[in-house]
Amino acid sequence: MLISQKRYANVKVLTLSGRIDNGTSDSFKTGLGAHVAECRAGGDRLVLDFSGVDYISSVGLRALMLAARQSREQGGTIVMAALQPVVREIFEISRFTMVFDCFPTVREALAKISPSALAAYDARTPG
Amino acid sequence: MPAVRVKFWGTRGSLPIAFDAAALKDRLASALVAASGHDVGTIEKARAWLERGPGSALSQTFGGDSPCVQLEAGAAEYVLCDLGTGARVFANRVLQRHGATSPQVFHVFMSHLHWDHIMGFPFFTPAYLPGNRIVIYGCHRELEHAFRSQHAAPFFPIPFERLGARIEFVTLAPGRPYDIAGWSVTPRRQDHSGDSYGYRFERDRRSIVYSTDSEYKLDNAADTQAATAFFRDADLVIFDAMYSLADSVSVKEDWGHSSNVVGVELCQLARAKHLVLFHHEPANNDDKIASIWRETVRLEEITRHGAPLRVSAAYDGLEIEL
Repeated sequence: MLISQKRYANVKVLTLSGRIDNGTSDSFKTGLGAHVAECRAGGDRLVLDFSGVDYISSVGLRALMLAARQSREQGGTIVMAALQPVVREIFEISRFTMVFDCFPTVREALAKISPSALAAYDARTPG
Repeated sequence: MPAVRVKFWGTRGSLPIAFDAAALKDRLASALVAASGHDVGTIEKARAWLERGPGSALSQTFGGDSPCVQLEAGAAEYVLCDLGTGARVFANRVLQRHGATSPQVFHVFMSHLHWDHIMGFPFFTPAYLPGNRIVIYGCHRELEHAFRSQHAAPFFPIPFERLGARIEFVTLAPGRPYDIAGWSVTPRRQDHSGDSYGYRFERDRRSIVYSTDSEYKLDNAADTQAATAFFRDADLVIFDAMYSLADSVSVKEDWGHSSNVVGVELCQLARAKHLVLFHHEPANNDDKIASIWRETVRLEEITRHGAPLRVSAAYDGLEIEL
């Protein structure tokens, strides 16, 4: 499980890659935890870019729920973007689409949560 | 080898429910629309259409009795898991089959003592008949106390002492196998308020895991490995899939129940062959349970990494032969 990050104004886009399962969930939780701590009212908003994730298990979804709970308590915002079809189905079957806003693309996620981040994204992203 | 059959007499969790008037009206309306243009002009034709024709799906219901499952392997003695309200239906069948004067032996394995799992016992007719022997196994120290209390005033009018059958209580220790009624039975402690116990039954190279009222979090390696070992290569896993995963890790966390998603994962890890969704949420109607079942079948398909896992949703009256 790899997590890379890019900042667009007040939004951090965390790009995830690989499988999130029993073998990688600890590194996923650790990697995500540092960013969630800063996801608060007036702080960073988070977009999790799932385009590189081909599977997420229940323990990975549990980690996302804990992140959602923490950020909510802090007044922060976390949304999901670019779920692959299989991962999208896992989110739907587990009812996590009722927990998180899920957007087809990172750009659409930014458009929803931060106009300034969208402007920064469009300025840096060709085409 | 005798055939092993598993019969589900009660599959609903927490609280028995009825198929109510509103649900009946909806079902009848759907049936009338579906039957339009078909020859269903007599009761016989209508029955045939419902049983074998396009209307067969409309004639099914998951039922509303609380947990009671029978394991049958050709032996004379009966083996049950839990005594929810499904036990009353089972008892009626036993009486129909043997009559009231033919003594029978019943071995009952209790997952735990919450009400929905014991509330069928006051209506378990064999308990009232002299000559019958009922052996109730469990791992809770309060096993006998719970059954006696349920019969005591003000809860029930007939005291336990007036039951005619010979009733025995046997406390089992989790983690060790017992030879009972032709089965090797191993209890395992589970995560549930006040604890619950799953049972792994084995005989003639076939294995059945009964794991209800258990919250599997799979959030640490040791617990996951232990649960996987308990489920290992099981021919049938009867699994508490009461909640969605999202509910079970949020608003219903620590309520002691699991989800369809975790059921699929555990069975895949354990290479189990057949997962049966069990302990249905009483708020879910037939359409909802059927939808959850279809989604679970799909989840198994898209996450499969070995042999296929068959997925079923238990209903009152379901029989599975291994």
